[in-house]
Amino acid sequence: MPVKGKIEWISGPAVKASGMAASKMYEVTQVGEEKLVGEVIKLTGDIAFVQVYESTSGLRPGEPVLGTGQPLSTTLGPGMIGTIYDGLQRPLDVIAQKAGAFITRGVTANSIPFDKEWEFVPAVKKGDEIEGGTILGSVQETPLIDHKILAPPTTPKSKVKEAVKGGKYKVDEVVVTAEDKSGKKQELMLYHRWPVRTPRPIRERLDPEIPLLTGQRVLDSFFPMSKGGTGSIPGAFGTGKTVTLHSVAKWADAKVVFHIGCGERGNEMTEVLVEFPELIDPQSGRPLMERTILIANVSNMPVAAREASIYTGVTMAEYYRDMGYDTVLVADSTSRWAEALREISGRLEEMPAEEGYPSYLASRLAEFYERAGRADLLGTPSRTGSITLIGAVSPAGGDFTEPVTSQTIRFVKNFWALDARLAYSRHYPSINWMSSYSGYIESVSKWWGERVDKDWLQVRADAYGILQREDALKEIVRLLGPEALPDEEKLILDVARMIQIGFLQQNAYDDTDAYCSPQKQFTMMKMFVQFHQEALKALRNGTPLARIRGMQIIAPMLRAKFAIKSEDLDKLEALSKQMFDEFSSVSGVQEAKVA
Amino acid sequence: MSRSSSGLEYNKVAEIRGPLLVVDGVDRAAFDELVEIEDNTGNRRLARVLETGFGKAVVQVFEGTSGLSVSGTKARFLGKTMELPVSDGLLGRVFDGLGRPQDGLPDPVAKSFLDVNGAPINPERREYPTDLIQTGVSVIDGMLTLVRGQKLPIFSGAGMPHNMLAAQIARQATVVGEGEEFAVVFAAVGVSHSEASFFQRTLAESGAIRRSILYLNLADDPAIERIITPRVALTAAEYLAFELGMHVLVIITDITNYAEALREISAAREEVPGRKGFPGYLYTDLATNYERAGRIKGKKGSITQMPILSMPSDDVTHPIPDLTGYITEGQVFLGRELFRKGIYPPVYVLSSLSRLMGPALGYVIKQGKARPDHHQVGNQLYNAYARAVELRALAEIVGKSGLTGSDLRYLQFGDEFEQKFLNQGYDENRTFEDTHRIAWEVLSVLPESELTNIKEEFIKQHYIKGKSAG
Repeated sequence: MPVKGKIEWISGPAVKASGMAASKMYEVTQVGEEKLVGEVIKLTGDIAFVQVYESTSGLRPGEPVLGTGQPLSTTLGPGMIGTIYDGLQRPLDVIAQKAGAFITRGVTANSIPFDKEWEFVPAVKKGDEIEGGTILGSVQETPLIDHKILAPPTTPKSKVKEAVKGGKYKVDEVVVTAEDKSGKKQELMLYHRWPVRTPRPIRERLDPEIPLLTGQRVLDSFFPMSKGGTGSIPGAFGTGKTVTLHSVAKWADAKVVFHIGCGERGNEMTEVLVEFPELIDPQSGRPLMERTILIANVSNMPVAAREASIYTGVTMAEYYRDMGYDTVLVADSTSRWAEALREISGRLEEMPAEEGYPSYLASRLAEFYERAGRADLLGTPSRTGSITLIGAVSPAGGDFTEPVTSQTIRFVKNFWALDARLAYSRHYPSINWMSSYSGYIESVSKWWGERVDKDWLQVRADAYGILQREDALKEIVRLLGPEALPDEEKLILDVARMIQIGFLQQNAYDDTDAYCSPQKQFTMMKMFVQFHQEALKALRNGTPLARIRGMQIIAPMLRAKFAIKSEDLDKLEALSKQMFDEFSSVSGVQEAKVA
Repeated sequence: MSRSSSGLEYNKVAEIRGPLLVVDGVDRAAFDELVEIEDNTGNRRLARVLETGFGKAVVQVFEGTSGLSVSGTKARFLGKTMELPVSDGLLGRVFDGLGRPQDGLPDPVAKSFLDVNGAPINPERREYPTDLIQTGVSVIDGMLTLVRGQKLPIFSGAGMPHNMLAAQIARQATVVGEGEEFAVVFAAVGVSHSEASFFQRTLAESGAIRRSILYLNLADDPAIERIITPRVALTAAEYLAFELGMHVLVIITDITNYAEALREISAAREEVPGRKGFPGYLYTDLATNYERAGRIKGKKGSITQMPILSMPSDDVTHPIPDLTGYITEGQVFLGRELFRKGIYPPVYVLSSLSRLMGPALGYVIKQGKARPDHHQVGNQLYNAYARAVELRALAEIVGKSGLTGSDLRYLQFGDEFEQKFLNQGYDENRTFEDTHRIAWEVLSVLPESELTNIKEEFIKQHYIKGKSAG
């Protein structure tokens, strides 16, 4: 029996309703005559505190509030890929068809098309045992995504009584009927629903040991992410957070990518919508949109739905993970999500902790990032899948000690710190190589060693070592000027600058440079390390530094990122050989002179 | 809102605190409803509902509560949210901060009434902005290219020429290849009479006043009204852009005054403050204004927004510029040091950014509608100037003798960049071609091998040999 109450009080997105004693926490309610979507977030006596996901302008006390008996849930089934949703999983294109270019409220829309027929290929037959998570069959959702139809995780162990033959079905048609031990009938369709605030269960967590390749040199080579890992990108405005996140969303070697625009700019989502259908995934050769789902709750959309959007996104990601896929979810920005929490908390008149944020900020962040991971999945056949969670953080005033940044750091293993000073000089991605870190270097080194080159860990350490030494030397330069250093140390400064320009800087808008294959990354990195080794040898043999600085090879080495495509590795090898040749001629000249 | 209202009945005021009134005996006041307050002399003021329920309504009085008393004041709920009457008759007119005529002329005839709060544009229906605006200001055109439909604020400080720069842009802005001029909607939010009349004069002198609308809330006007002024201006702009198909440039000055009015109300409501006493929802609130810029699929017009904000004590980490920067598509940052050097416009490029420049250029260059080296030259200028600034600091410590030959080239580049590229006249309208010519001139001070951001073919084409030798 759904609850029926009445509005008593309204202030912004917060509504108090009476007659709600029988409602449950986090129950979805329909608020007012326009049936605005709301969620119960506090109960005292018969008064329920409801956060409303749509504008409450014009709402009056006395209007009805209806309970639905259901928690806030996602609809999970084929038809989600390529869609742009709002924070409540309503497709924005459907909303636009119904309401026009501006978002009005009270518009209802199905999350997935219920009238579309899918070609269903069954995987179970009469007499088979099924349980929660079992793959019942599949439909081809996009050319890239073979959408597995899953028994809902809550399905008890049952025996299939009836299973349809392959053919065209709508999402709400029953394809499998099963019966559990107690004789209870289970009717399973192409879709099911799952509450957003409850993580979907898994069998067992696995170690994250496979790198998530992004094609971004500074990330993959220096601060690698792993499939199932967690990371955060904090940075003041203008440091290139969005471009970096877009690059990750574009090039990550995942099966499905979720991009949550949570309290960010509207045009950024439009950019993704314009760009992704035209970009080709380097792994599959198909348009990126065929593997992407967008959730847009931009900054001027209702604030409570912003709070929900993160959970909506991660629940959908869990669903695709459960099919046995690697998924990536980027959330831009978790700070705006935290602000939504703060705003609602303020209206609830809760005691604030730091900077007005609620005291449960840390536990909410922890819960969110814990939904990442690589896992053995429920049901049959046995399979693994992963969710990688990457959250942007927008620290107030660029100050990394503010609550959201400092709390996030506690729960993520990768920290990709964006640096305003690098961004000012247009060093993009402006990831500071000294303050960033990755917790996965050891665990992914096996993969790099086996797949790319056995020396990967060593070459990486050498290259990073040059940057570290430069950082220490910069202090001295700041006080005494570069001319005060001995030649070997000047060489460190030079090579570090070469690595910064020729390797770390990467142009997201250049067709060749936007994506860099792991092989190209390694070969480039090795080339710079070898340059340093050779130059050091030459110096010690008496070659003047000026001679090394004037080498012809430097300019093509710095341009290699633009000039040589990922597939033309042989050209890169040739460049490397040219470098050795020039060194022998440089040193040769020297020896000849000495002789 | 068109739903039935509480009608013509009057309610009693129970409490007055700061800009807020608490009205008693109210059954069904709607959230956000417009209220008319009448004092005991019969004078009327406008207010709006912030909180309603349990028989009370908290309302915010736009004109302030000064002179109101608990005994004689009556409140009447108008049964609708705040709406602005719009038509093409708004063009050429001057209004106050709530949209009432101030030029002595009668109310313009209304074609329709629009909710001043607007509604969010569905991101799915946005058209990504790609038409480059030529502002005639080199530093903006070359390094911070403005795009039609962008929101690009000017971050300034007390005494700096942000108004001149905004006025120059309003005068000169065109899209190359299109004759069409921008309509200008100007919202003064708590600025002085002289600043407002400067704009009015500039628009009048250039003849742009006929396609302009001015909303003026001046420094001595009620502070709470400032919360509505930008919304009124943007509502008018949306009408011009999306109903009449015009390209609109909206200039709002000064956002700092707007945010302070918001803080005043938040404090009066005893809300938990965020940073520096500003309410926790400052970001969301600013976004509801800034996001009202852009283009919509299938509609001809556009809204380009240029808010001006003065950073308190030139501090960019202050919540107002900080949160603004997170919402807007870049910022034009005016630098105190350049201003002291007498350079106009004193745009400190290293803190400035146009987010739409890269994607828009990528698009128009492919179509052959912009120079293919535009973006790379812009990046190179940034890169080189950043190095020049770094070396200047170093030279101050170790002296020029401690620098290498190429370092000295960078110092020279820094000076020429500021004097030739950045510096220009208030009346000087440079074309994109002019800007690129000057850019290559100053870049040619550097040795060719230093231009790592630019593809070789462009260097071959445009680099002026010999400049870096001497």
